[in-house]
Amino acid sequence: MSEQFKVEIINPEKSFLLKENVTEVVIPAFEGEMGILKDHISIISFLKPGVIKVFSKSDEENYYVEDGIVEFKNNNLSILTSSIFNVKDLDSTKIDEMLKKAENDSNNSKIDDQNKYLIDQKIDTLKTLN
Amino acid sequence: MASLDDLKKRIASVKSTQKITKAMKMVAAAKLRRAQENAEKGRPYSEKMNNIILNLSNSITDKENAPKLLMGTGEEKIHLCIVMTSDRGLCGGFNTNIIKKAKAYFNKILNEGKTLKIITVGSKGYDQLKRFYNANIIEKMSFKDSKSTNYLDAEKVGKIIIDNFVKKNFDVCTIFYNQFKNVITQIPQEQQIIPLKSSKIEEINSEDYYEFEPEEDEILNNLLPKNISTQIFKAMLENSASEQGSRMSAMDNATRNAGDMVDKLTIEYNRSRQASITKELIEIISGAESL
Repeated sequence: MSEQFKVEIINPEKSFLLKENVTEVVIPAFEGEMGILKDHISIISFLKPGVIKVFSKSDEENYYVEDGIVEFKNNNLSILTSSIFNVKDLDSTKIDEMLKKAENDSNNSKIDDQNKYLIDQKIDTLKTLN
Repeated sequence: MASLDDLKKRIASVKSTQKITKAMKMVAAAKLRRAQENAEKGRPYSEKMNNIILNLSNSITDKENAPKLLMGTGEEKIHLCIVMTSDRGLCGGFNTNIIKKAKAYFNKILNEGKTLKIITVGSKGYDQLKRFYNANIIEKMSFKDSKSTNYLDAEKVGKIIIDNFVKKNFDVCTIFYNQFKNVITQIPQEQQIIPLKSSKIEEINSEDYYEFEPEEDEILNNLLPKNISTQIFKAMLENSASEQGSRMSAMDNATRNAGDMVDKLTIEYNRSRQASITKELIEIISGAESL
């Protein structure tokens, strides 16, 4: 029991997920994937497009996110994001649609390097999901 | 005195108006419940966001180079006001209250000789402001087509604000909306979102120690634009709950007033009917007497 902590994923419209008994959460932080275990130091970071993996003792859940902010404090992990999907709910047509949009954005020459990097990340993630 | 036929027609028309207001009240009540739920569900997000920002800004040591969105441009010559109203009317004092609050603020700013720019969100606000402040309105937005309040709309507004800020088109940004307290009470609010009010920042305890990845200011730069959208979204949620609440009580009043009116008209109708019967009787009797 002692290795468990609480995770809460919130999007602007509602509280998306609340789980009390997770053992590990892997988040796609801006500077690389980050695994968070119990008693991690308090941290604030933000996300790039990727997959959040939530592990509890018995199962594993995957969520696709496009952006977000993460705060970990006193064994409470809060993830704020405006775009999150459960990987189970994403079928290939939806992924294709999102991929197409991302590729369009990527071909737009006006975007700056940072956005380009984010979009490329998005494309990579979507391709692995597909 | 109006003829019997006229009275009958009036009663019928008031009754059908009453039916409409009653239906509108029911619809508003149903919508209110949903809007209220949404507003409550949306609260954790904006609260968390605020907390994180407060923690972050607390740990920024280099105030000089702090992001401009947080600390402001150092001047306050140009004010941008976001006036958020509804797209539909018939909701009592809802829009008027916001406009009143906003106008008081506008006058204050103009009297101080500062420049005023306005963005209206919701068509009713634009309708009421265009007469006096047409020259100040730089943008009007309306989300009539959106079925419910959604974050994408808020992001659109936020983006316009950020774009204007980057272009140095304004120094201070304030939003006006109605805060939902309960069905009868909605409080018009003015809230400054750029620069973030510093009074709040000082309140928190500095005992929390955080690790940041990447650096604080980079996170802040990423976070602050999102916070703008979040604040707008919060205001939109509060507004839509307030709108329905306000409409519900307005329509409730209207239904009651229509009921009173029907009662009064019915009494008048009955009186004049009796009067005409009496008159006819008198005519018959006096006719018979003269024979």
